[in-house]
Amino acid sequence: MRELALHILDCLENAVEAGATRIALTIEEDTARDLLTITVEDNGRGMPPELAERVLDPFVTTRTTRHVGLGLPLFAAAAERTGGRVTVHSVPGQGTVVQATFGLTHWDRAPLGDLPATLLAVLLAQQPVELVYRHRVDGREFVCDTAELRAVLGEVPLSHPRVREWLREYLSEGIAGLERPYP
Amino acid sequence: MPKLKSLEDLKRVREEAQQGLKVRVETGTRIIVGMGTCGIAAGARDVMRAILEELDKRKIEAHVETVGCIGMCVREPLVDIEQAGRPRVTYGNVRPDMVPRLIEEHLINGRVVDEWVVGRLGG
Repeated sequence: MRELALHILDCLENAVEAGATRIALTIEEDTARDLLTITVEDNGRGMPPELAERVLDPFVTTRTTRHVGLGLPLFAAAAERTGGRVTVHSVPGQGTVVQATFGLTHWDRAPLGDLPATLLAVLLAQQPVELVYRHRVDGREFVCDTAELRAVLGEVPLSHPRVREWLREYLSEGIAGLERPYP
Repeated sequence: MPKLKSLEDLKRVREEAQQGLKVRVETGTRIIVGMGTCGIAAGARDVMRAILEELDKRKIEAHVETVGCIGMCVREPLVDIEQAGRPRVTYGNVRPDMVPRLIEEHLINGRVVDEWVVGRLGG
């Protein structure tokens, strides 16, 4: 996966698969500390500590149809290449927090990529989920909270063709407004 | 500089969307894109984006949904098209450049693109 947005999508999909009804995605770009932090926090079913410690191992998966799970190990490799790391904290019955750190301007850091498409893929999930997306670049911040959007929309779903078109533009504009000086 | 999108603006979208909402829910087309790790790694997100762009371009009001992995990872990206009263058709190894033909043939002309089909359900 060549974009961090694809790894982020994978984490968000994991949360959906874990039965989360609420997911918080926070992306923080701190130029002073040269640090990019991506945090995905969900209220899904969580994992026992012994599993949470091992999910970065490619030969560990919750799936029963096969014995490898590559999503998180790939994310961890992308972080480690830039001097960062991925940590997983989970409490059974309460949820999971996956946090990845990256050297913001490190030569090997993959670009964030197409975040609006990633967010849209989750907003269109068959199993509806509330998503709070918070993106900070130094002092600037863009927040998109689906609970707020749904309050405005009433019975019109986020997946409505008109709404998803609006969403894509809303997210693109919001992210562009952060004026990130790098990809 | 164009005016930025706001939640105020979303209210207007809602009013437009409410008209005809019932019609579409009852007779609509659903397009389902697999979005597990396997799908994402194979390019499913960009296939989804291509589908959304093609639908917008042709003003087709189909529902698009994403789901997790269904176990046919080797054929990802997988795209299912479901239309009322017709079998659900699964297309495999879909690339963004295949999307315009898929929409044109399946949704507009009502012809299944047999060479790309990996499964059918019901009907």
